[in-house]
Amino acid sequence: MTSEAAVLPGARYTWGGDEFLFVEVSEAMSLPANFKVMSIAGRLSQARLGGIVDICPANASLLVRFDPDVLPPEELERAVRDIERDILEHHEHVLETRIVEVPVWYEDPFTAEVAQRFREGFHQEPEGSDLDYAAKVNNLKDRAEFIQRHHEQPWLVSMVGFVAGLPFLFQLVDRDKQLEVPKYLSPRTDTPKLTVGHGGCFGCIYSVRGAGGYQMFGVAAAPIFDPAQALPDFEDFMVFFRPGDIVKFKPVTEAEYNRIQTEISAGTFRYRQAPVTFDLSKALADPEGNNRQLMEALNGI
Amino acid sequence: MAFEIGNPGLATTVQDQGRTGHYNVGIPQSGSMDQYSAELGNALVGNTAREAVLECTYLGPVVTADSNVVIAVTGAPVEVKVNGEPRPQWSRLLLKAGDELSFGVIQGGTRYYIAVQGGIDVPEVLGSRSTYSLGGIGGFKGRKLEAGDVVPVGAPLLGGKLPQADTVPEEFRPGYAKEQEVRIVLGLYDHRLTDEGLGNLLNEEWKVTPVADRMGLRYSGPGVKWKEREQPFGAGSDPSNIVDAGYAVGSIQIPGGTQPIILHRDAVSGGGYAMVGTVISADMDLVARAAPGTATRFVAVSLADALEARGDLAERRNKAWAALGASR
Repeated sequence: MTSEAAVLPGARYTWGGDEFLFVEVSEAMSLPANFKVMSIAGRLSQARLGGIVDICPANASLLVRFDPDVLPPEELERAVRDIERDILEHHEHVLETRIVEVPVWYEDPFTAEVAQRFREGFHQEPEGSDLDYAAKVNNLKDRAEFIQRHHEQPWLVSMVGFVAGLPFLFQLVDRDKQLEVPKYLSPRTDTPKLTVGHGGCFGCIYSVRGAGGYQMFGVAAAPIFDPAQALPDFEDFMVFFRPGDIVKFKPVTEAEYNRIQTEISAGTFRYRQAPVTFDLSKALADPEGNNRQLMEALNGI
Repeated sequence: MAFEIGNPGLATTVQDQGRTGHYNVGIPQSGSMDQYSAELGNALVGNTAREAVLECTYLGPVVTADSNVVIAVTGAPVEVKVNGEPRPQWSRLLLKAGDELSFGVIQGGTRYYIAVQGGIDVPEVLGSRSTYSLGGIGGFKGRKLEAGDVVPVGAPLLGGKLPQADTVPEEFRPGYAKEQEVRIVLGLYDHRLTDEGLGNLLNEEWKVTPVADRMGLRYSGPGVKWKEREQPFGAGSDPSNIVDAGYAVGSIQIPGGTQPIILHRDAVSGGGYAMVGTVISADMDLVARAAPGTATRFVAVSLADALEARGDLAERRNKAWAALGASR
């Protein structure tokens, strides 16, 4: 079988000043590109090279911060190129990860209120809602159909960043089924915490309140960034998501949302999650069949 | 030992050398914007380079010491006052219990630093005391200081030993000119600019706008042109857009081709705007000192030049510590 990663051309290596190496795996977003990024990042991390400060896998590129006083740039580049070559030869296709169910209150009042403040001059269609617009540009019947499409298939966390703990999400479906929605014409100065957003082909969950340009569809019911580390899911680290996590959105009603808030206040809320093996070849050959298998892991926990 | 904060000033935060190792989940490095000035403050008061200081932005705070304490104010030129009486900057000062430290009007630059013997003693978060306001972590309760805050000061280091000299010699103090040359390494997505666009970036003058803070500095100027292309899948519609990627600290992005933005220590860790180059590590403090209106020229240098400049800065820093008789 041909390695899907092998059809990608070699990565482009370029410097971000004297402390950053930038490795562009692909100009375009794709699952194989993201998979290759994660493979390189994982292997580089395992190599434990002295002088590496940060390894930041992104959607289709990798950013490495290094201390040039300890690790000369050419040595770092050689190490990453060796890893890239090795990955091509060994056809690494499998990721041990987890699937997480994320409850979302779609069409919630928090994002609706903020959206109302940023219409004229900010939004493509100031009269309608962000969901109406998203449905229209994706040629869907109405916002209910868009919401259905949004949560029925899972998403891959293809990058974490922008602000602390914010996951970028890439839906695990064929390219012709990808939901694509332009960002706001001009960024908002406000976005509610935990807004479920979408820009281009990427979904996201805003971990903190602040500026943002993605369309707003709803609000996630539970924290994904918890500096106080009060909830059990944050015992080890204040950031919940890691690149490679798989996210299944679950629509909840206002009553369910409120029940979750009570659990959060009591410190008892836990995400439903299960370990899964993600196989790139299967995901590319039969996305929905593969997704069914992944989602089965959430049953009975 | 503690500082009681009266008027908090415009944006006074606790900062140190910064927080690395968590950029992969969007937690920026933070830390003093002008590392050089901050650490020479530490040198004057007998600290190592690692102790936390107070970073003051334009309008400084009014601070009262609750016991005798040794301090120094370094960084942007500003009138330093103790109980209303002028005191020298870049010098070691003694505050007696109840003394009030305050500041006049800043005369250039953007930020000055209050270093205190023993350092500002807030808890470390992820290995640093630096404030990351957006994420609400580090520093004093994860935020800038407010009136009424009582900020803890640590016990003196090295058994309270102070360096021989009590003033940073003039030759080791940075300048605060209204013109700057900022050295950059071109790369990342500079190939997406037209020749004319790249020419504008390197040959024209750019001015720091008032939109400048710990996240980044925005510059006005002639703008640049991006090459038109069919955008790759997922990259967004504007030619300055890319598939969201990690941002190098110090990198320059030019959304829509209008105003270049240099990302600084609290910047977002990634996003969908193409970067065309990166300020060399040796010039990041220089950029941090740039006040609005500063006329700036971007000078392209090689990676080898950047590494040499990095070595030169380290040497200058070490000489400054040595001149004080202090050990870093």
